[in-house]
Amino acid sequence: MEQHVFSVTEVNQYIKQAIDDIPQLQTLLIRGELSNYKVYPSGHHYFTLKDGQSAIRCVMFRGSAGKLRFRPESGMQVIAGGRISVYPRDGAYQLYCTTLSADGIGDLYVAFEQLKEKLNREGLFDPAHKKPLPAYPRRIAIVTSSAGAAVHDMIRILHRRYPIAKVLLLPVRVQGVEAPPEIVGAIRYANRWQLADVLIVGRGGGSIEDLWAFNDERVARAIYASDIPVISAVGHEPDVTISDFVADRRASTPSNAAEIAVPDHAELLKQLDRASRAMAQGTLSTLERADGQLKALAAKRVLADPMAFVDDRRMQLDSVQQRLGLTAHRQLSARQQHFAALTASLDALSPLKVLGRGYAVAQTEDGTVLRTSRQVREGDRIRVQLGQGSLGCAVEHIINGEER
Amino acid sequence: MAAKKTFEENMARLGEIVEKLEKGEVPLNDSLKLFEEGTKLVNQCRTELDKAEQQVVKLMKGPDGAPIEHDFLSEE
Repeated sequence: MEQHVFSVTEVNQYIKQAIDDIPQLQTLLIRGELSNYKVYPSGHHYFTLKDGQSAIRCVMFRGSAGKLRFRPESGMQVIAGGRISVYPRDGAYQLYCTTLSADGIGDLYVAFEQLKEKLNREGLFDPAHKKPLPAYPRRIAIVTSSAGAAVHDMIRILHRRYPIAKVLLLPVRVQGVEAPPEIVGAIRYANRWQLADVLIVGRGGGSIEDLWAFNDERVARAIYASDIPVISAVGHEPDVTISDFVADRRASTPSNAAEIAVPDHAELLKQLDRASRAMAQGTLSTLERADGQLKALAAKRVLADPMAFVDDRRMQLDSVQQRLGLTAHRQLSARQQHFAALTASLDALSPLKVLGRGYAVAQTEDGTVLRTSRQVREGDRIRVQLGQGSLGCAVEHIINGEER
Repeated sequence: MAAKKTFEENMARLGEIVEKLEKGEVPLNDSLKLFEEGTKLVNQCRTELDKAEQQVVKLMKGPDGAPIEHDFLSEE
């Protein structure tokens, strides 16, 4: 059987895949000395990281390089963070560096980076977990040292900005081995007794060692577990601690935390003025609109000319009356016609009419109408009524005939 | 009388009123009532802001664990 022949590209891809599958190489920190540090026009940085025995090639792309807080130079001791992968074109593995820090503080820094990485992976810095700060806190608890400038700065600013709120100080030690458990205790205590609407946890500036309690894992977890929103306020602007990452809000200084914690009194007064104006304007518009509607209605004829209503009614009445008259008239003539018809038929039945045609009515003397010859005897006197006038007659001769 | 509303509740209510009045969808009679209520709230909030005297206390854990307040005077 013939053995498979790889292309160079296939081999490099194969090795790249194998290396990319090793989790330990996907996120790691390497301590070493920078050498052959070059910044290319593309903005990418290329360098080698070495120690006594070995070297590794590194690249830091423009995006990460832009976030550097210092200018790296060959010969510097650094801790580089990133992942190892293979550049298939050269068949060379290298560190794809995303962070670079001066290794001045040695182990502390490593500890910091390691804890940061660990807690980040656990989701303690997840923005989705961060709670919004209350807009108008009634009680603000400060977990810090009761000595030192920081607490007084905070109280002064809280007083100037928002004197409505009550400020509760939970004094703790902020440096030394006792500091982390005391800070943790105070955060938990504030939560257990629901002491405040917002917590400020921090201290004033100091060396990295002084600030170290705020890089403590226990403190970080207590902040994360707090139901009361936490503002982290440690040191000065450039100092970054684990507490800053895990807190709901990071303040650059304790004074800044006080500013973040409460709204500004002066700004609130302005806001109230704006609300007043907006309400007045809104109500005025509604009034104006109602006024416009009223005017439009008032302009209508019924209201403009009060008699119009009466006139309208009068016209209506006229028309009704007229219709009524017509109806009465129509009914009357119908009756007249009926009457005429009746009269006509009555007329047709009138005996006078029959007599007019040449017939005569014979009656006995007592007025009985003769219908048969048997009603009289010879010699009787009868009256014969004609169309005009009548005759007094004597019966001379009776001829009995068949009854019809 | 109902329990005193917090500053936050008053501000929230005020925001609602302003929005309703700005939209102009409420009947005239209601809008006048709202305006009156809103004006009261503005004054109430202003008074509260102006009168407030900040209280600062130091909390110590009492023998039963409950917090005990102590005066804390800012040395300024």
